[in-house]
Amino acid sequence: MDMRSAWNQPPVIRVRDLVTSYGDRKILDGVSLDVGPGEIMVIMGGSGSGKSTLLRYILGLHRPDSGSIEILGKNIQKLSGLEWQKLRQKMGVSFQGGALFNSMSVGDNVCMPLREHTCLDDNTIRIMSRMKLEVVNLAGFEDMMPAQLSGGMVKRAALARAIVMDPSILFFDEPSAGLDPVVSAELDELILRLREALGVSVVVVTHELESAFNIADRITVLDRGRILMTGTVEAVRNSDNPRVRSLLTRTVEDITIDAEDYLRRLTEGTA
Amino acid sequence: MPFSVQDRQGISVVTLNGEVDLNNSPDARKLILASLKQRKQVMVDLSAVEYIDSSGVASLVEGLQYARSNDQAFGLIGASKAVMSVLRLARLDRVFPLFESLEGALQHGG
Repeated sequence: MDMRSAWNQPPVIRVRDLVTSYGDRKILDGVSLDVGPGEIMVIMGGSGSGKSTLLRYILGLHRPDSGSIEILGKNIQKLSGLEWQKLRQKMGVSFQGGALFNSMSVGDNVCMPLREHTCLDDNTIRIMSRMKLEVVNLAGFEDMMPAQLSGGMVKRAALARAIVMDPSILFFDEPSAGLDPVVSAELDELILRLREALGVSVVVVTHELESAFNIADRITVLDRGRILMTGTVEAVRNSDNPRVRSLLTRTVEDITIDAEDYLRRLTEGTA
Repeated sequence: MPFSVQDRQGISVVTLNGEVDLNNSPDARKLILASLKQRKQVMVDLSAVEYIDSSGVASLVEGLQYARSNDQAFGLIGASKAVMSVLRLARLDRVFPLFESLEGALQHGG
């Protein structure tokens, strides 16, 4: 895919000046981000950088304090329940732990979105679900229960469910977490194959550098709720921003201490 | 444009067009299965299909499954690059008889 021409088209996701907080603590502070059609955007950052929070807001799980989020040209804060439900069907999500229903077989987990949102014949639904299990190399596992699968298989089953409705945008939260390097590389390969075959836009939240560099068209680096930079893999690799360098080289940041603030935190418990 | 069926030299040709997705794939499915009940040989012309989703592909799989179980001929004609990439993703390009044109399918004997 020619990403340069894709980036010239209207973005499928447009986040502007997003500000969110938990209580008095600001989690995202003025985040702006575009994701182009067919683009793989990796959101990277250390623990507590706000990357998973950003994903949750894009998925409409919370309302921001201020700023806007547009998905496929629609401001998600202004949609009715029905409009949001329709838009949500164009978004596939693979959550970190898989989020499969443990009481349902793998096949039923994958079929579930189709049974919930369509009136297709059950035979068609079964074939669609088996096709997706083939895509993620889980053919023949439809009757197994999630507890019988390995970590990598759970992730792939979750991916099969995420793509069963043929979404326009696919979201991954830490796809490589808990996987060995080989399984992780297989999952990266699968993400690339899906983009190639379906032209789907992909947003991946991860702190795994290798995976990010393997799959990203562009990377957004978040740090303490702010965007440090958004750029190509090469631009991020060559960045001379000390915070980006610190993330890439995995160096521990020297924590500067304000004695007054520190004492207040210890004695009064305030941040 | 609605999907259609034509008889060509004893072969039933189901023509799909535009976008085949959740909204209209049940229509495609009905046409394909009805054609298979009437004719021994059925070809699905995909040359005017711009996009096909999994529900559309599943309808084609159901057609092939029905044809195989009843010893009938079933194949796809004129699948574009976009359609082929969807078929390839689930390795279905190795399962369906694929023809570039109706003439090719006719020469092959359906």
